[in-house]
Amino acid sequence: MKIAVCVKQVPDTWAEKKLRDDDSTLDREAADGVMNELDEYAVEEALRLAEANGGEVVVVTMGPERAAETVRKALSMGADAGVHLVDDSLHGSDALATSYALAEVLAARNFDLVIFGSESTDARMSVVPAMVAERLGLPQVTFAQKVDVDGSKVAIQRQTEYGYDDVEAELPAVVSVVEKINEPRYPSFKGIMAAKKKPVETLTVADAGLDAAKLGATAAWTKVASFAARPPKAAGTVVTDEGDGGAKIATYLTEQKFV
Amino acid sequence: MKLTEEHEQFRSSVRRLVDEEINPFIDEWEAAGIFPAHELFAKLGSIGALGLEYDAQFGGGDADHGFTFVLAEELGRCDAAGVPMAIAVQTSMATPALARYGSEELKRTWLEPTLRGEMVCSIAVSEPDAGSDVAGISTHATLDGDDYVINGRKMWITNGTQADWICLLARTDPLSKPGDYHGMSLIVVPTSSPGFSVGRKIEKMGNRCSDTAELVFDNVRVPVSNVIGEPGRGFQQQMAQFQDERLVGAYLAVSGARRALHRTKEYLQQRSAFGKPLLANQALQYRLAELYADVDTIDGLLRFAAQRYSEGIDVTREASVAKLKVGRLVREVADACVQFHGGMGYAEEMWVARYFRDARLVSIGGGADEVMLRIISMMEGMGKK
Repeated sequence: MKIAVCVKQVPDTWAEKKLRDDDSTLDREAADGVMNELDEYAVEEALRLAEANGGEVVVVTMGPERAAETVRKALSMGADAGVHLVDDSLHGSDALATSYALAEVLAARNFDLVIFGSESTDARMSVVPAMVAERLGLPQVTFAQKVDVDGSKVAIQRQTEYGYDDVEAELPAVVSVVEKINEPRYPSFKGIMAAKKKPVETLTVADAGLDAAKLGATAAWTKVASFAARPPKAAGTVVTDEGDGGAKIATYLTEQKFV
Repeated sequence: MKLTEEHEQFRSSVRRLVDEEINPFIDEWEAAGIFPAHELFAKLGSIGALGLEYDAQFGGGDADHGFTFVLAEELGRCDAAGVPMAIAVQTSMATPALARYGSEELKRTWLEPTLRGEMVCSIAVSEPDAGSDVAGISTHATLDGDDYVINGRKMWITNGTQADWICLLARTDPLSKPGDYHGMSLIVVPTSSPGFSVGRKIEKMGNRCSDTAELVFDNVRVPVSNVIGEPGRGFQQQMAQFQDERLVGAYLAVSGARRALHRTKEYLQQRSAFGKPLLANQALQYRLAELYADVDTIDGLLRFAAQRYSEGIDVTREASVAKLKVGRLVREVADACVQFHGGMGYAEEMWVARYFRDARLVSIGGGADEVMLRIISMMEGMGKK
C-alpha cells in the first residue's frame, strides 16, 4: 500500500502570530516553524497502517525552503520518502490554490491512501482535505478518530458532536484525522540519523506541471483588505457579592444578551 | 564540540519526552519514593536514548558524544534529580565497562535488553564500610567449579529495588584483601539469583523518587563467564567507568542549575515588593549574574571535556574538576534560589525546596568532593597514589 501524508509547516503553536505589513500574509519568519500538530497524528497513523499492512509512506508538503525541516521530521518519525513543492510563485496561495497544487502532485504519484491532519493551527480552515479529494475525484472520509484498512476498503470512525459515525470507502481515498486517533511517536535517534539518507524530491511549480496562474496571492479568491492588531484586553466587570451576587450576575448576563 | 541539526532534533525528542512522560508524574513518584523504571526506560529505549554511544551491533546507536551531552542537558530539566540520576546509572554508570570489556555473550544477554529499556540495571561499588575508599571493599566472590559464589553487602544502590542485574565490584582473588587495589572484578549478577536480596530501601534527604537500596549477597552463585573482561581488572575498569559517571553527572547538574536560575529569575520578575518587581533590585540581579557566570564557566569546561572525550583523550582531570566545582556550585545556586523565594522557597509546594534537597547529593554521589580533591592532588604530585 502506498500512503501519502500531507503535512504543513506552521508557526510554533505557542508563538505570537503576525501578518506581514507588505502583503498581509502570515509572517513565517517571526516564529519558529514546526510541523502542524495534527499532521503529526496523520504521520503516525500512516506509519501504523504501513507497519500493519505493509507499504510505503511518502510525506508531501508545500511550503518555503525551511518547510524541508518538517519533511525531515516526518522522515525521522519513520516515513520512507518526501516530496517538497517549493516555489516563490506559491507564496500567498489560498486553500483553493493549495488544494490544486497538492492534488496535482498526488495525482501524478498514484497513492492508495492520502492522509491529512484535519486542520492546520495557522489557517484553521479544515477544507484542504475535502478540496483535494474533490479534485482527485476520490471519496473523502474526514475527521477520523480511528482508521482501518481492509483489502480495498478503508473504514473510519468519523468524530461527531454526538459520538461517531462509521464511514467506509473504497480505496484510493482521502482521510483526515483528529488528535484522538493516536499518540504520535517521538523521533528516535536512529530515525533522525536515517532521515538524512532518505530521498526527498524537491519540485518547482514547473517541475510539477502546475499552472502558475492558478497559484499565489493574485489567484486567491479572497483578499485581506486590512488588518489590525488585537486591542489590548479591556478591564473586566467586577461583581461584588453582597448577598445578591447571583442576581447581579444574572442581570449582567441579560444586559449583555448572553442569556 | 559542534552540535548539528541532528543533535537538535534529538534534543526536541528528549525534551518532549521529559515534558510529557516524566515531569507530569514526578510529584507522585517523589511521594512514593520510587518511579516505574521499567515503564519509563522502555520509552527512553524506544527513542534510542539508553544506548547512544554503544555499538550498534548490541543495540546501541554508534552516536557521537554530543548526543550524550544533549541527552543529559535535557534530562537536567526534569523536575526532580532522582529520575535523571537513575537514567544515568543505566546509560553511563553501570554499562560502560560491560560495553567496553564484556564478552559477546554477556553483551547479548544483558547489555542489549538494557539498552532497549527492557531491563533495569544498577552499579554496586560502595559498601556499608567502604564508600569513597573503593579499595576498602570486602565483598568477595569465591571460585567453586565453574561458578563464583558471592558474599557481601552493597550500599547506596540506585535502582536497587528494581534492577534486573547488577554490575558488581567484588574481590575474586582469594589473596586480595580490603586495602588492595588488585584482585577485584566487575561481575554481572542477575537479581533473580538465589541468595540475592534487597536488605532495605534507604530513605534519603533528596532524590526521593529514585529508589536507593542496600543489597545483600548471601552465597549468590553466578557462572565465571559473568565476569566482565579480564578477572582481577575490576578496580581499573571501575575507575574508567567513574569518568563516564562524573562527566554525565556534571552535565546534568549544570543543566539543572541553569534551569533553577531561569526559574528564580522569572519568579523575581513576577513578584513585587516595595513597589517594584524584586528583579529590579540590583543586589539580586548581581547575585544571579554571578551564579550564571559560574554556571557558564563550568559549562565551558564540560564542553571542552566532552570534546576531548569524543577524541578519545583521557578526561580524568576535567571530569574531576567539573564534578568538584559543579557540586559546590549547585549548593550555592540552590541556597540562593531558596533565599530569593523567601517563605515559598522553604515550602514543599514549590520546586525550590526539592531542588535544595536534591542538589546536596552532587557533592557526595559518584565520588565525594574530597575524592575529587584527592585525584587532583595526586595529579599534581601531592599525596601518594
